[in-house]
Amino acid sequence: MSRRNRRIAAASLSVLAVAGLAACSSGTGGNADGPATISLWTHAGGNDAELDVVNGIVEDFNASQDQYVVEVQDFPQDAYNDAVVAAASSNNLPCIVDVDGPNVANWAWAGYIQPMGLPEDTFEGQLEGTLGRVDGEVYAYGYFDVALAMYSRQSILDDAGVRVPTLEEPWTKDEFMDALAKIDGLEQYDYALDMGTGGTGEWISYGYSPQLQSFGGDLVDRSDFQSAEGALNGPEALEWAQWFRGLVDDGYMAQTSGEDSTADFVNGKSGLLFTGNWADTTVKDAFDDAVVLPPPDLGTGPKIGAGSWQWALAEGCEEADGAREYLEFAHDTKYFVEYGNAVGLIPATLDAAAEIPAYAEGGENRIYLEMADQFAVVRPETPAYPFISSVFQKAASDILAGGDPRSILDKAVADIDRDIQQNGGYTS
Amino acid sequence: MTTMSTLSTTPAATTRAPGGKTNGTRRRSVLVTVLRSVLVVFFAFPILFMLVSSLKPDLQIFADLGSWRAFLPVGDVSLDNYIGVFDRVPFGQFILNSIVISGVTVALGILVNSMAAFALARLRWRGRGVVLSLILATLIVPFETLALPLLWWVNKLPSLEADGFSLAFKQGWLDTYQVQIIPFVANAFSVYLFYQYFDSIPRELDEAARMDGAGWFAIYRKVVMPLSGPAIATVAILTFLPAWNSYLWPLMVVQSEELRPVMIGLQYFFQMNISWGQVMAYSSLITIPVVALFLAFQRSFINSIASSGVKG
Repeated sequence: MSRRNRRIAAASLSVLAVAGLAACSSGTGGNADGPATISLWTHAGGNDAELDVVNGIVEDFNASQDQYVVEVQDFPQDAYNDAVVAAASSNNLPCIVDVDGPNVANWAWAGYIQPMGLPEDTFEGQLEGTLGRVDGEVYAYGYFDVALAMYSRQSILDDAGVRVPTLEEPWTKDEFMDALAKIDGLEQYDYALDMGTGGTGEWISYGYSPQLQSFGGDLVDRSDFQSAEGALNGPEALEWAQWFRGLVDDGYMAQTSGEDSTADFVNGKSGLLFTGNWADTTVKDAFDDAVVLPPPDLGTGPKIGAGSWQWALAEGCEEADGAREYLEFAHDTKYFVEYGNAVGLIPATLDAAAEIPAYAEGGENRIYLEMADQFAVVRPETPAYPFISSVFQKAASDILAGGDPRSILDKAVADIDRDIQQNGGYTS
Repeated sequence: MTTMSTLSTTPAATTRAPGGKTNGTRRRSVLVTVLRSVLVVFFAFPILFMLVSSLKPDLQIFADLGSWRAFLPVGDVSLDNYIGVFDRVPFGQFILNSIVISGVTVALGILVNSMAAFALARLRWRGRGVVLSLILATLIVPFETLALPLLWWVNKLPSLEADGFSLAFKQGWLDTYQVQIIPFVANAFSVYLFYQYFDSIPRELDEAARMDGAGWFAIYRKVVMPLSGPAIATVAILTFLPAWNSYLWPLMVVQSEELRPVMIGLQYFFQMNISWGQVMAYSSLITIPVVALFLAFQRSFINSIASSGVKG
């Protein structure tokens, strides 16, 4: 390099350095006069219908005022929780997050989210399962819920000679077992029932713990959430476990079903499908005589899970007032209707349901709303839930695999109680 | 190198002389061929299933399971799933990101690890045995145990950020390309592979080069590296594969969609109703670069692995 070129290079570097320093000194104040940015994270990446609604609400909010600008960052659902946990570990949480219902208490306990601070009457007319409450305070609200249901075909039930259960008169346990025996007797299906036993993760807790509750058991003693003793290993829980495994022993259900139980049902591999109402469209598109059935009453009434994705205010948000303003703005019937139309799931308020034909009185999907209203049991609202759920998932899998129900449930209770104890009862 | 080529050519020489085969040799040859065919089927069928399923609607994929139709492009075959993939995710952006991240990681990895290995294998200095042992000891620490401390660390590092025509310092490397590259450049296994290979190159070559006035860097660049093609190819593939398949780390450190690699993109398809056809189409698309790289380097890769194995 010639001396002249060296001089030019040195001068250029000096200019760059000065520019850099200047940018450094003005970096933090650059936005002082403009609107403050509120970051919002959603799990809707890859789900264009839901993401479009989120973006629409954000656009409306940004246009409605000039103090704040909400910026959306979407993540794919299966990667979302890990991304939030990693962000919390590095103090990089955004201002607004969406959170899966059963995780609300845990995220509140872990310091990821804070009470929403909106007036209680904001949530009037909202399905309780779509509110994330901790110690009575609302930490999160959701736009929709999902419901567990059974699907079959009128022709199958007619051939088997069983009645169609209704919300008012669901199948009793004996009727349910009789229906399985008769459908099995048709000898047209690999299995009479498909409960998605090949599923993993939260599906196991979401799908099967309501059956445990219908028998009279539970995942944990809800009086103080300090122990699972008696709830998860009492006589009712034992009865559930024996019944659950019995479905496999009797040949009514596969120990491990296919990867997609809805596809298998539509392809004629089972006569009765137990899943969530996300399967509604697929089943109804496939069969003109598809019927939606409430889950059976296994002792204490039919039960289904509750609590889907909800919106919350993250801890440490520097623009908490703006984030609250957004959350209040977004809690509008108009957006509940848009969500309901886009995702096809149960709208979280009765007002919104009234504006969606399928969910209005007499609508073809009204049954899901009624079930969510009448049969829903929120998964235990305790910070211990993620651990309890993981223990239950293992216990249910072991029971399905033919293990001794009593020892499996006793061990599950011991594991849960130890975790609660080791975490000081999750009280702080 | 001599041992290696002897090993790799001996079986070929045997099978190329059918006229001279005895009955026993012929039977053994048939048996080996059958065994190889079974292995090919065993390893190729999942890939075939993926490719074929990527052309079918979801319901048909499950209807065909359990029969040979699952491996044949029959029924309602179309490219709809591929169109769906491009509609659903910014595929071009994801694959470009992965190519940049994997490519730069491989290039820097070859440079850094080969230089470290050169210092350990060819230079004489006190404590190099201990240093080599320490480097190898890091192999037993799984990445998952380092992930959180590493996250904390990269979040504290300063970085320069372009802001129009000026540069600004920013704290933290999160949500950048470099956070997906730099932590994976230095790699103990790569150092070991290079070390083993360099150690087998005659030292007389160094001495001859020094006689000609070459320094250590010239010996590294002009003597040792040109002789280390198989080792470079192996390190390139072994660095590329985990970089390409990286999931946990980008999940933790990348928030912006425009910086996400292909493996995170796969998660976009796992919604309440999973579109298995699109999953298969996306998986097929992201497998192509890996297969292409392997085909390009397979001779060197196999030679180097065989060589490492023989030297144990």
